[in-house]
Amino acid sequence: MTSPSPLNWRFSQVFGERSPDEDVENIDLISAIEFDKTGDYLAVGDRGGRVVIFEKETGKDVVERPEYRYKTEFQSHEPEFDYLKSVDIEEKINKMKWCTTLNGSLFMLSTNDKTIKLWKVKERKVKKVKEMDHGPYVSSESSLLSESSFVRGESKSSVSNGHQLEWIDNKGTNMSPSNGQNVGDAAFARCRKMYAHAHDYNINSVSINSDGETFISADDLRINLWNLEVSDQCFNIIDMKPSNMEDLTEVITSAEFHLLHCNLLAYSSSRGFIRLVDMRQSALCDRSAIMLQDANPRGPKTFFTEMVASISNIKFAPDERHILSRDYMNLKLWDMRMSSSPVVTYKIHEHLYPKLCDLYNNDAIFDKFDCCISGDGSHFATGSYRKQPQQAASRPRRRSSLSNLARGLYRQGNNVSDTGTNEISCDVKSKLLHLAWHPKTNLIACSTRNSLFMFYA
Amino acid sequence: MSMVDEPLYPIAVLIDELKNDDIQLRLNSIRKLSTIARALGEERTRKELIPFLSENNDDDDEVLLAMAEELGVFIPYVGGLEYAHVLLPPLETLCTVEETCVRDKAVESLCRIGSQMRENDLVDWFIPLVKRLAAGEWFTARVSACGLFHIAYPSASELLKAELRTIYSQLCQDDMPMVRRSASTNLGKFAATVEPAYLKTDVMQIFEDLTQDDQDSVRLLAVEGCAALGKLLEPQDCIAHILPVIVIFSQDSTIDQLLPIFLSLLKDEFPDVRLNIISKLDQVNQVIGIDLLSQSLLPAIVELAEDRHWRVRLAIIEYIPLLASQLGVGFFDDKLGALCMQWLQDKVYSIREAAANNLKRLAEEFGPDWAMQHIVPQVLEMVNNPHYLYRMTILSAISLLAPVMGSEITCSKLLPVVVTLAKDRVANIRFNVAKVLQSFIPIVDQSMMEKTVRPCLVELAEDPDVDVRYFSKQALEAIDQVMMTA
Repeated sequence: MTSPSPLNWRFSQVFGERSPDEDVENIDLISAIEFDKTGDYLAVGDRGGRVVIFEKETGKDVVERPEYRYKTEFQSHEPEFDYLKSVDIEEKINKMKWCTTLNGSLFMLSTNDKTIKLWKVKERKVKKVKEMDHGPYVSSESSLLSESSFVRGESKSSVSNGHQLEWIDNKGTNMSPSNGQNVGDAAFARCRKMYAHAHDYNINSVSINSDGETFISADDLRINLWNLEVSDQCFNIIDMKPSNMEDLTEVITSAEFHLLHCNLLAYSSSRGFIRLVDMRQSALCDRSAIMLQDANPRGPKTFFTEMVASISNIKFAPDERHILSRDYMNLKLWDMRMSSSPVVTYKIHEHLYPKLCDLYNNDAIFDKFDCCISGDGSHFATGSYRKQPQQAASRPRRRSSLSNLARGLYRQGNNVSDTGTNEISCDVKSKLLHLAWHPKTNLIACSTRNSLFMFYA
Repeated sequence: MSMVDEPLYPIAVLIDELKNDDIQLRLNSIRKLSTIARALGEERTRKELIPFLSENNDDDDEVLLAMAEELGVFIPYVGGLEYAHVLLPPLETLCTVEETCVRDKAVESLCRIGSQMRENDLVDWFIPLVKRLAAGEWFTARVSACGLFHIAYPSASELLKAELRTIYSQLCQDDMPMVRRSASTNLGKFAATVEPAYLKTDVMQIFEDLTQDDQDSVRLLAVEGCAALGKLLEPQDCIAHILPVIVIFSQDSTIDQLLPIFLSLLKDEFPDVRLNIISKLDQVNQVIGIDLLSQSLLPAIVELAEDRHWRVRLAIIEYIPLLASQLGVGFFDDKLGALCMQWLQDKVYSIREAAANNLKRLAEEFGPDWAMQHIVPQVLEMVNNPHYLYRMTILSAISLLAPVMGSEITCSKLLPVVVTLAKDRVANIRFNVAKVLQSFIPIVDQSMMEKTVRPCLVELAEDPDVDVRYFSKQALEAIDQVMMTA
C-alpha cells in the first residue's frame, strides 16, 4: 500500500473565539458538527439546542481552501420536562445529518435525547415594492388580482394599492418604496416534521439511508427505522434490552447506515463491538451478520479496560469496505471482511494510560470523541486533549490540539504509536470532541468548547 | 346573471382572503375557487385568476394541496377545452414543491386535464411541460415527470415519441433513488401506451435495468410492474423476459422474510408452537419450494426429531414421507435415513410404532429395490437387540414391510429372520411371531408355506406359554383355511 503524503495543516478560520480566561456558558458548548454532501454548508449544533449554519463564501479563490461565513441559525430544540419520569430533557443537539437539497432549500435532521426534527432552511429574497399609479376604472377584484403582477418584473401595471410583499411575508410590514430591488438574502428555518415519542432512552445517532427516504435513530438500547415522510410511525429493528435489566452489560453508542448499500447498517457498543446488520435478513435485526471485535486488545486488563473500550463514534469509509471506529484510547480501522481484529490501530494518547484513574475521577474517561474520514477515504482524523506545552508556546495554543490529527497514513497491520512528545500532562478541560472533514477537500471543521476552527491542508 | 361589470364585494373578500395570514381563511378561499371563477367569468378567470394563482408561493401544504385539487376540475371555468392549457403553469409549479402529497395531487390533476385535452394542444403545451419537468434541476420535478408520460406519449409524433422514450430511460437511471422509484412505479402505465415493437426493446431494457438496481426500494417497485408488463407482452416474450425475473424475486424476498420467522417458531419453547409449524410445513413448501425448504429447515427438523417431547417427535415422523417424496431419494439417504432408524429404538412406544409405519410408507414411496438396499438390511440387523421391546418393534416393522416388499424378498430375507425369532426367550415375541406368520399367508407362496411356515408354527403350538400356543394354533387354522380354498 502506498501512503499518501502527510498533510500539512494550517489554520484557516475561527468562529466564536474567546479569550483564554473568558467563561463559557454551558449552553454555548458545541455538541455536533456536520458538513452537507457538497461541502457548501456546515451545520454546528450546541448544548443550547441551537443549530448554526455556515455557508461557503463564493467568488473568492477558494477552490482548495473554502472559507465560510455565517448564514443563519435557529433554535432546533427547547428544554423539556418529562412529567412521567420527572426528568429534564436536555435541548442539547446530539447529532445532525443533512438530507438532499431540494428546491433551493436545505433540509436536515437534528436530534436531542428524545426527539428528531426535520428542518428546512429556505432562502428568501426580500423584495421591495414599487408604488404604482391608480388606474381609473379598476374594479376591486381586479386590483386585488393584479397586485401580484408586478413581481414578474413588468414595470407597467396599473395597480391601485401596490404595496405587496412576497406572499409569505404578508405580515403587514410596510416597507418604504424603492425601485423593486432585492434587499438581501434572509434565510429562515422551519420545522417540517417531528419524529417524537419513539425512544425510551437517549438518542445518540441518526443516519440517513442511501435510498434518500428512510433513516434510523439509535438510543442506548434500540434502533428505529423511519420514513422521512412519516412522522407518526417507525419500526424497531434492533432491540438490545435484556428482559431483566440487571443483566444489562452493553449499550449502543453509535449507528450508521452504509454509504451505498441500502440494506447494511453498523452499530457500535460500549463493549467495543461493531455489529453489521443486513436489513434484508429479517425484520428484526437483532442477529448481526458480522460482529467486528478486537480479539487482542492491547495491554493488561484493568478496571478501566472495559470502560475505555467503549466506542464513541463509527464512520463508514467511502471505499465500501472499511469502517473507522473511535474508542477512548484508539482510532481503529476495520475491514468488514475481517472481524477478528482491526486492520490498523492508531493510539491517540498513549501517555494517558497511566492516568486513567485520574481521568475516571474527573469524568474525562467518559468523553466521547468523534472521528472522521476524508472524502477520498485516504485520511482519518480524530480529536484529543490539549497537551500542556513544555515551554512557552512558540506555536499558538489552539493549534497544538491538532497535532494528533490527520496522520492517517494507510499502513497495513501495524500499530501506529503516537509520535507526539514526551509530555505527561494534558489539559482535560480543553478537548476536541467534535470534528468533520469536508467531503471534497482537505478541510476540517472542529470545535473546542464554543469555538469553531477550520483548518486546511 | 351578469356579475362581470359590477365590483362584487363577496368575491373581493374571497380573493383578499387568499392572502390572509390565517390558514383557515386561505383554505376556505381556495376551496371556493370555482365560485370565484364563476363569478369572474371565463375570460377574467383565464387572464387574472389563474396567473394570480401561479404566483402563489404559499408555503402551506394544505392550501397547495387544495389548490392542486381544484385546478384539476377547472377546465369549464376557463372556457372549455380550448383553453385548458392555461391551467398547466400553476400545476407545473405545484409539481415541484417539496411536499409529496401536493406533488402527487398536481400530477393527478395534470393527468386529468391532459386526458381531456386535444391532441395538438397536448403537443403544444403538455409535452413541453413534461420535458421541462424531466429536465428539472430538483429531483421533485423529475419525480413528478415520471407520472405524466403515459398522457403525453400517445399524442406525440414519431420523433417526439422516440425522444420521450429516451427521456424516460434516463429517468430510470437518474442519480436520485427517488426519481428511479417514481420511474419504476409508473413503468406499467407508461408501457401500456408504448407500441409493441418498442415495448420489447426499449421498455424491457428499462425494466431489466430497474430490476437490477442497487436500491432495494427500486427493485421492489419494479416487481409490481411485472404483472402490468406481463399483460402487455406476447406469451413467449412474457416467458422469456418476465418469468425469470419473477423467479428471482420470489426467492429473493420471500425467503428473507418468511424463513426466519418459521425458523424462530420452530425453536419456540412451546412444543405446541413447533408442532403447529410442522403441520403447516406442506403449505410453506408450496410457497418456498422444496430446495430452499430443505436447506434451511432441515437442521431445524433434525433438531426436532430429537426433541424431548415425544409428540413433537411423532409429528416429525409423520411428516417424513412427505418430505421424502418431495426431496427425492438422494436427499433422504443423506439426512433422514439415519433418523428413521434411530426412531425404531425410541423409548416411547408410539414413536417406535410410528417409525415402523414410516418405514413402510417409505418403502411404498421409493419401491422395494430401494428399500432392499436402505431399509431392510438395517432393520434386520437390529433384530438381535438385547431388549425385547426393540425386538418387538423390528418384528412389527418386518410385518409391515412384507406386503410392500413382495413375495420374493419376504421369502428370502424376511421369513428366515422371523423364524429365528420364533426361538426367542421372551414369550411375547414368540406369539407375535405367530401372528406375523399368519399375516404372511397371502404373501408367501405355497411351497414356502409348507416348507417353513407350517413347521415353525407347529413347533410354536407346543410352546410352554399359553398365549403362544393359542396364536400359533390360530395361524395354523388360517393356513388350513387357505389351503382348502386354494
